[in-house]
Order: sequence, then C-alpha cells, then structure tokens
Amino acid sequence: MTWTDIKSDLAGAGYVASDELAMAVHISQTLSRPLLLEGAAGVGKTQIAKTLAQILDTRLIRLQCYEGLDAATSIYEWNYQRQLLSIRVAAEEDVASAEIEDRIFSEKYLLKRPLLEAIQQDVPPVLLIDEIDRADEEFEAYLLELLSDFQISIPELGTIVATTRPHVVLTANGTRDLSDALRRRCIYSFVDYPDKRTELVILKTHFSQLNGHLAEQIVGFVQALRKEDLEKKPGVAELLDWTAAISGLGINDLSDDPATLQATLVCLLKTQADQAAVPTEVAQRLVGKAA
Amino acid sequence: MQTTRFLERSGSIAERVTDFMSHLRGNGIPVGFVETDAAMRAFASIDVLDVNAARMALKAICARSEDGFERFDELFMAFWLNRGREKSGGAKRGKIRNNASQRSNLSLGDGGPADRSSGTQSEVDADGTGDASSGGEGKLVASRISNLEKTDFRQLMTPDALAQAEQVARLIARQIRDRRSRRRRADNSGKLIDLRRVARAAVQTGGEPLNLFRLKSPDRPVTLVTLLDVSGSMTVYARVFLAFLKGLMSTDQKTEAFLFHTKLVNIGEALRDHDTLRAINRLSMMAQGFGGGTKIAGNLASFNAQYARRMVNGRTVVIILSDGYDTDAPEKMASEMQRLKKRGCKVIWLNPLKGWKDYAPVAQGMAAALPFVDFFAAANTLDSLKAIAPHLEAL
Repeated sequence: MTWTDIKSDLAGAGYVASDELAMAVHISQTLSRPLLLEGAAGVGKTQIAKTLAQILDTRLIRLQCYEGLDAATSIYEWNYQRQLLSIRVAAEEDVASAEIEDRIFSEKYLLKRPLLEAIQQDVPPVLLIDEIDRADEEFEAYLLELLSDFQISIPELGTIVATTRPHVVLTANGTRDLSDALRRRCIYSFVDYPDKRTELVILKTHFSQLNGHLAEQIVGFVQALRKEDLEKKPGVAELLDWTAAISGLGINDLSDDPATLQATLVCLLKTQADQAAVPTEVAQRLVGKAA
Repeated sequence: MQTTRFLERSGSIAERVTDFMSHLRGNGIPVGFVETDAAMRAFASIDVLDVNAARMALKAICARSEDGFERFDELFMAFWLNRGREKSGGAKRGKIRNNASQRSNLSLGDGGPADRSSGTQSEVDADGTGDASSGGEGKLVASRISNLEKTDFRQLMTPDALAQAEQVARLIARQIRDRRSRRRRADNSGKLIDLRRVARAAVQTGGEPLNLFRLKSPDRPVTLVTLLDVSGSMTVYARVFLAFLKGLMSTDQKTEAFLFHTKLVNIGEALRDHDTLRAINRLSMMAQGFGGGTKIAGNLASFNAQYARRMVNGRTVVIILSDGYDTDAPEKMASEMQRLKKRGCKVIWLNPLKGWKDYAPVAQGMAAALPFVDFFAAANTLDSLKAIAPHLEAL
C-alpha cells in the first residue's frame, strides 16, 4: 500500500486528507509508530482516526484524556466489589488464604480500561488517544512506556505483553506543550485548515446534492471568515454544521437574505466576542468577497 | 531532475540523510539517529525519486512540533535542492560536504574558543547598526560612574559581564518563582497533621487515632515567559539581554523565551544550551532578521494566537524587554496587550531607555502598552535590573 492508496482510501471513506497527512499516516503504518496530530480545534484530527478504523476494517478504541486521568481509568482496575464478595464466600467455604489471593487477583477480577484492551485484541485496532495535552504530564510518562514497549505491568499479575500492536493516533490541541520524549516517538503532522479546493471537495462528499454556486459561496465565506480576527476560528465541523443549516433553511444564495444569514452564523461563531465582531455589515462584506 | 543531483554527489543515501539530519539539528530541529533510521526504513516504502513524496515522508518523521512543521520545507529545499537561503552555518556545511570526516564538528555555533571572544562583538556590529562600541548618542545618567555594574549595557559585552547578567537573572527568577500558598493539600510527606482526617479515620477504629494523615503546602510555581526585542534599536542591548534570558531559563525548565523583530521566534530550546556564548551565537544565527525593524504589536498578536493559550495563565509572569519603538499602529498594541492581560497574567516591561535621564514613554507603542503593564522598569544597567527584584515580590 502506498501513500496515494491511503489518500484515495480515506477519500473513499469520506475523509479528504492533504498529501502531507496521507504521507504521515502511511509512514506511521509502515514503521508502526504512533501518529501525533496537532492543529486547531475542528480541523478533523479525531475524524482521521475514525476513518482509519473504517478503512482498515477494525475496531476503534478511544481514550478521551482529561486533567486527572490516571492509570485506574485508562489502563486497568481491580473489581473491588467482586473481590470482596469472593472473599466473603471463600471465608464460609473455608478455603486457604493463598488460594483466595490467587483467585481474586486473576484476570477474571480485572476491569480492562481502553489502553489494556487495545493491546489485547486479535486484530490490531485503531487506538485513539484524544487530546493528550489535557492529561497530566505523569500520565504522558506512563503512556510513553506503553508506546515504546507495548506492554503493561500489573504488580499482582505480572507483565501483559501486547498480542497485536494497535495503530495509535494521538491528537493534541495545544493546551500545554507535549514532552519532547513523546514527540520523538511519534510521526508528526500538523493539520491545518484545508484550502479552498480541498474544502469544496469535503463539502461535496458530505452534501452531494448541494448546488455548485452555493457550495463555492459557503466555502469562500468561511475561508474569508477565518482571516478575520476571531477568538475561535470556524473549523471543518462548523462548516458542515452551517451548510446543513443553510440547506435545511432552503437558502439558495447567501446574498439573498441578510437577516437569515446572520441568524445562521451561530453555527460558525462560538463566542460572544466573535459574534459581536461579525455584525451584518461584516457578514455582507464577506459574502461579497466570497461571490 | 534535481533528484539526480544526489547521485552525483559522493556518498550513499544513508550518508546524505545523515548530513541532512545534522543540517536540521543545526537549524534547531532536534533530530538524531532514530530519525535517520526511521527515514531509511520509510524510504523503502515510497518512491524516493519522487522529491515531493520524499519531502513529505521526511517531514512526518522529523518535524516534531508546529514550528518545525512550518520551517521544514524551507530547510529541505535548502539542503536537497540548493534552493533558498540557509539559515545558518552555510559555510560550515560546505566544509562538511567536502570532507565527511569533519562531521563531528558540525554542532552549530561551536566555533571554538578563538571566535568566542573576538567573534561575538564583530557579529553584533555586522548585524546591527554598527555603533555598538561607539557609545551611542544618548547621554546616560548611569554611565558617569565607571564601575561595571553602572555601565550601560552597551559597553557590557565581556564574558564576565554576561555571566553577571545571568546571575542577576537567576536572582530575579527566584524572586518571581517562589510563591507560597496558604492552602494545604493532603500529602503524607508533609509536616502538618491533618487533624480533621485523622479524627474521621479514628471513627473506624473505635476512637483510636491509628493512622496519621498529613498536609503539605503545594508547590505553585509561577512560570515565566520572556519576549525579547532584537530589532535595530535594541541590537546593542540584545547580547546582554540574551544572557539575562538564559539566566532566567536556567532556574526552571518551564520558562519560555522568544525573540522578536519582524517575526517571532521561540528560542527556549536553544537557550537551554549550557554554554552561554555558544547559545547566544546559535541564537543570533537563528534569528534571521536580527537587527531589523520592529513590529511589537504584530508579534504580540502572533504570540497571543500561537503560544499564549498553552503558556500563559493566571500564574504566569510575562516579561517584555523592549524599547517600545513600534512600527505597528498603537491601537493594535493596546488591543493585543489587552488580549494578553485577559489571560490573567502579570506583565513586566523592562525598557532600557527608561534608565536614561528625562525619559518619558513618548513612543506611541510604549504609551499605548503602559496601561496594561503591571510593572514598568529600567533595564539599562545591571544595578537597575537588580533593583527591580524586590518589586517583583509584590506583584
């Protein structure tokens, strides 16, 4: 499989990737190294993992990171309630304590969390570690061990070695800087807002019956809007939402009805300051530019 | 067409890739053997004669951050296609191409002891306005007394003085960093006993306090972000300020530093180099427009857009070292400063001109920024830098 195959496969599954992104995916596949994607929110970083799972025809295991995420919620935990019950039962049956210990610290009593689950699949799944920059640095360090050796040590049970190596995709938003150690284990790609041509193709794949003129207007408008000084620039997801809203309202030309257009902008502008920054006049100017 | 070029040259692909990696390293993208190895394996899976594919493959492997991702193409073109300008060490790399055995000398900016003392001064002259040693036209209050600490930074270029500047910086960094918190957090390595928790646990054991729990005051360090102006008007101070920045960096791994002139450059990594002079030489090369015009507001804007989100929060002190001569509109300066302040940080502005007699912040950019500055101080002598330390505690 070459990188152009990957690009066309992704496109076939509805994801229009840039050449650089397709190449990064290809390299990470051939070298079986994790793929680290950075970029603004809404440019399709998470989507690529989902699409990848789709074209590889495998499971997607997702770990959403957040501050305070720890080993117990990401790797494994003992099922304490079950263990306690088992001890009670064993006490009545009069079983030797060593035997109880063996019993309650077996895999049956282990709750598998996403990371452990990902390395124990028969078919290598796509493991999506979303927004890794939200997790603490301590977790990042733990993740490093997993990503380099693909094994997890559980003190009571021993080391669990991966049966297959998952395709790992990490995404980051720039909430905090990632450690260099993590970066150097990964294949890196920066996902930027798509250019006009790519964005048109994306729009066409999602809304096949959209008329060409309107599609161009929509893309032109959003591209122009991104050049404005906004706190949060609209991403591809917002673009698709907005297009759905526009076609749902039966608008055929953006310049037809300024008031309705203004009302639909809630799909694109997500903060109060941004909405204030794009009053009707600005919106109309942008429509003029897009036409 | 250009691909045939590397067949002409001596050496295998592996050797050329190794050279390319050193080229990247020299330009501030930290790559090493692992990347070379990965690149060779990646080449097996793509059409190497397709320059574009090779570029993208190497980019995926070597670029490790947004910054690297942006700069990679230029560096790639410069090396493989002899196109564009090389940021630094062009002459040095030429040497390596002729003589592969010198590869170990490549570590950039390491010009040997000979150019350390003499080369530094001349470089500033070459890049800057050329008046570094002439003393300039301004009459300085502080320079009347001729001991080292009172000399204006313009005269202060000896390694000794640089070391002192670094020391002062460390002092200041420590002042800013150490913040005590009144809150306590459960931590069994702490000194205080958490009576409440002990009592609660004692209920379990029939009123006997068997387990002792402890409290600790958490470490809540303030992080520093420094923005240094290296435009033409500041060139004469740049070297000392760089040493100062380096001192700030050395106290804490989290400190971030940027240079700006017409562009913003993240220099955190280069500054962590242990050898002050080498770090500074490396930097002067990294900053392409060293000594050019200033766009303070524009640079603040790109800082706000690109870095502020992850570097600046309520526990951050942003230090701006600039004379406030801005070619951008003052309104832009005000709005960018406001945006920065919104993140809840403290802003310290150190202006070398403030130490001059009768200085008033009349430069429009400076005047526009002042309402948003928490602490505005002179920074033209080591003494003036030292003098600000006590004020920082109050921030």
